[in-house]
Amino acid sequence: MKYLVSILVGFVVGAILFVGGLYFNPFAEQLAVSPLAISRDEQLSFTYTAVASESILYTDYGESNIKPHPDRVVELWEPAIADTRLAVNVLEDGRGDVAGIGIKFSTDSEQSELIRSEILVNSAWHIYVPGQGSLFIDQIENYWSYMREVVVPARWSSGDNWRGAFFRILTQGPFALGTARVTGGTGNFSGISGETVESLNARAYATVGGLVSANGELTVSLAQSADDFE
Amino acid sequence: MGKTFILGILLGTAAAAGLTYSVELVDLHREPSHISVQANGGNVETFRIDLPRDRILVGLAGEENALPAELDWPSDALFGSLQAEIFKVRDRYDVVVGVASRLASASEQTGPFIEWVLHLPARGTLYLQMDVTPAPEGHRNGRMLAGTRDFVTMHGNAREQFVTDIESSDAGVQGRIELITILVGTFSEQVPLDVEAAQDEES
Repeated sequence: MKYLVSILVGFVVGAILFVGGLYFNPFAEQLAVSPLAISRDEQLSFTYTAVASESILYTDYGESNIKPHPDRVVELWEPAIADTRLAVNVLEDGRGDVAGIGIKFSTDSEQSELIRSEILVNSAWHIYVPGQGSLFIDQIENYWSYMREVVVPARWSSGDNWRGAFFRILTQGPFALGTARVTGGTGNFSGISGETVESLNARAYATVGGLVSANGELTVSLAQSADDFE
Repeated sequence: MGKTFILGILLGTAAAAGLTYSVELVDLHREPSHISVQANGGNVETFRIDLPRDRILVGLAGEENALPAELDWPSDALFGSLQAEIFKVRDRYDVVVGVASRLASASEQTGPFIEWVLHLPARGTLYLQMDVTPAPEGHRNGRMLAGTRDFVTMHGNAREQFVTDIESSDAGVQGRIELITILVGTFSEQVPLDVEAAQDEES
């Protein structure tokens, strides 16, 4: 009997050790410094609110912890789009002036693997910058650090919220250096390709309602032309 | 007993690792893709947007009929005549398969434009640019500028047309936008330009 108890206790301890190792894995840290920091190409920087209620529009399947905004927006309840979130934001430049409009489509990725500390999201941005043109961004984001440092602590908190300072580069691909692909559409961006990284700067989160105080930033590095970029 | 305890730890670790490795975090719902192959090359696919029921957003500066009702669209003069629309997208059998954004501007100082981003969650995203001037038949031709995931190695053309003469028992359908894509993989050099012929062949 004592051997059975011993192996069961060992089994539980082993499972806890594994989960602990996975959760506190120091090698799973995401970048806080942009891979584009050393790029010599022209760069554009856009910031936007990451709080759903402060955006122009946010919607998802309607039963997440984030309330769609505005109240009467259509929800994405159909099975094929139920794992997709849609956000429309005003983009601001480095001086805080309105610079453009960004529409972001985000879908949970089937490539997500907990054992690799990857909670992946496939996202695409459709961006319009008045006076300059339009852009398209294809991106893979990893929300592992966000879940570990913001969402889980908020759930553990007796107040069901989190306050602090979280800053990470969320972009993980599709390019090997962890940057996203940019395709220029119209105007000055026509025929131009480049890379981008998206970061999240969060200061407060509530289990009911999601991010309370946070902003995202897109840093876009533009090569001279699609051929140069290749 | 110590050895039994250590064996238990190893078993527990292995079981947790196996479970973590094997459990799928995300399992996206997939609708069948209704693609027909054109004789001269090119995969033809038709997407539909039923109006007004598939509209998610209509944003236009100074427009009182913005959608949804309480939409706070920026009144900044910077955006001029920009019209932003977001829709749910259906396949040819009226099943919702994705979402799409359409940006259009007639007075943009860097040139007027019409663009689509078509996001199909289980497959990928298409970035399409349409001709500003419609064809004599009334539709707009366009081309694919970029694609992601399943579409990343593809290129091709697209066509946008507004259909008012539709048969639908649904009172929420008064018109329809049809988006037809003709895409080829990287191994083919020929992209069919005649979208109309492709559509005839598809039907």
